[in-house]
Amino acid sequence: MSSVVSSTGATAGGAQPRKKYGSLEQQHRTTMRYSYAALSFFVVVFLIPPFYMIMTSLKSSAEISAQQGNPWIVRSPTLENYAHLLSDASFQRYFLNSTWVTALVVIISMTIAILAAFSLSRMGFKGSQVISTGVFLTYLVPPSLLFIPLFQIVGTLGLINNTWVLVLLFPTLAVPFCTWIMIGYFSSIPKELDEAALIDGANYPQILIKIFIPVAFPGIIAATIFAFTVAWGAFLYPLAYLYSADQATLTVGIVRELIRGDVFAWGMIMAACAIAAAPPIIIYTFLMDYYVAGLTSGATKG
Amino acid sequence: MADGSTMVVGSGDAMSPAPRKVGSLKQLSRRRSTAALLLCLPLILLIVGLKIYPTFYAIFLSMLDRKMNNFVGLDNFAFLLTRPSFHLVIFQSCLFAITAVILKAFLGFILAHLMHNIRGKNQRVWRGLLLVPWVIPLSLSTLTWWWLFDPSYSALNWTLEYFGLDAIPFLGTRWNARISVIMVNVWFGAPFFMIMYLAALKSVSEQLYEAAAIDGANAWQKLIYITLPMMRNIILITVLYSLIVTFADFDIVRILTNGGPQDSTHLFATYAFTVGIQSGNIPRGASVSLFMFPILATLAFFVLRDVLKRNKEVAS
Repeated sequence: MSSVVSSTGATAGGAQPRKKYGSLEQQHRTTMRYSYAALSFFVVVFLIPPFYMIMTSLKSSAEISAQQGNPWIVRSPTLENYAHLLSDASFQRYFLNSTWVTALVVIISMTIAILAAFSLSRMGFKGSQVISTGVFLTYLVPPSLLFIPLFQIVGTLGLINNTWVLVLLFPTLAVPFCTWIMIGYFSSIPKELDEAALIDGANYPQILIKIFIPVAFPGIIAATIFAFTVAWGAFLYPLAYLYSADQATLTVGIVRELIRGDVFAWGMIMAACAIAAAPPIIIYTFLMDYYVAGLTSGATKG
Repeated sequence: MADGSTMVVGSGDAMSPAPRKVGSLKQLSRRRSTAALLLCLPLILLIVGLKIYPTFYAIFLSMLDRKMNNFVGLDNFAFLLTRPSFHLVIFQSCLFAITAVILKAFLGFILAHLMHNIRGKNQRVWRGLLLVPWVIPLSLSTLTWWWLFDPSYSALNWTLEYFGLDAIPFLGTRWNARISVIMVNVWFGAPFFMIMYLAALKSVSEQLYEAAAIDGANAWQKLIYITLPMMRNIILITVLYSLIVTFADFDIVRILTNGGPQDSTHLFATYAFTVGIQSGNIPRGASVSLFMFPILATLAFFVLRDVLKRNKEVAS
């Protein structure tokens, strides 16, 4: 950058505006080139595990155990691991369990979060400030702090080894942050909008459905993705509370059931990981911008 | 929601000025806050029932004996503090959280700057690529790391040997295992720091840099006197938040080492799982988790203070 400064100083007296412009441009281009080079390096490093996951999933068990040559590439690619998994009854079970648990958790969490955020950001009541703060605080309570007392509580409710326990517990992980995001988006809607609607005779349900939800739709997408991510990827609760294979979700099913004894069928395990990682990756590919915006809305304001 | 419509009819009336209406206005606002409270009720029930109650229940549990018949006061905590394996847990949890967060913050900062240099459509693609580690469910990517670290099939070791270096037993010795779990956490968490810092970088006004350039500031000075002060808040909040999450991490250690070798990589969460769920000593497991509480509460206090302060600044 010092050369910019010196060239600015030099051109102050003389008349060489074109040359100065050129050097700035050139410097910019150099910065770009270095940035791309460095980023390429980081991308390669960061993508090693997913790359290797895909490569291994395309190998047959024979090829893996033969250990011949470069392990990073696949010699005779085969889809047999995928075919085997997709026709495997217990893997189908995990996928199904993950799917319906995630769907229910997303619906329940978003309903709770939207109603609460609407109430906290617009209607207000005694103590609503305390609740907003409390919601944020509970977001900071990690699942690993409470899983042991919850084990007892869940046991009393008779939900041990029952997939429904996840429908009960996952909202506690998703709702606080979803509510927090939604409060942010709802608060940014100008008060005049709902006042105008009130004067026109709309009631609160109408205001919520016809104004708030459409206007804050990006926020709803962001919060939904968060709830989805939490429910799809959670590992501790299903590991602690579900012990039989037919109740397991994908994460715990793969980690616990596919690794049997010393017979490591790594091609199949990696194929299972790839299948399980696909839904989040697809969703993020299309909706990443909303999610990042929702996540960083706190970072950009103020 | 049923009284929503009546509420609004009332508020329509309240708009017209009439001294007589004061009473009904008060009534209206009371009804409105009842409705507001009702809308919050599911949230309150959820938090009270499954967050606040379990916290107190954990404290109660931690004071029972193994069979959960007798009250033993603080014996569980005292016992844990005498165990060398629990000293290792405390040491490793702190080492893991602090080292990983520093590395993530540093790497995230570099990545955000590199990303910031690229403008337009390309940035979106590159950002997407770097976010992949953060998008894959952690337990599954950790499984992939385990496979990469596998003692006899390790592809990483194959590469090292290919370049004439010695193979590394990644999970075989104490310090290797400690470093490996930290590396996996950094790999997973650095992209999060990147997007937070990138958003913060974007919000710093270009004019500040132009003004500094005119005053003759070099790149280093711009970083120290503009970028860092402008990003101070977001760096602080992200680091504190990440400290909480990393400190309470479970998935990586559970899958990669399950605490081994010789209990050297156990974190509070994985140790609590081993003691509480696997060995069935619920009270002692609860005590292990509760050791996290003071540390997490302190960190949460600072996060909250910062967030509330920022909200106030934004509001004013």
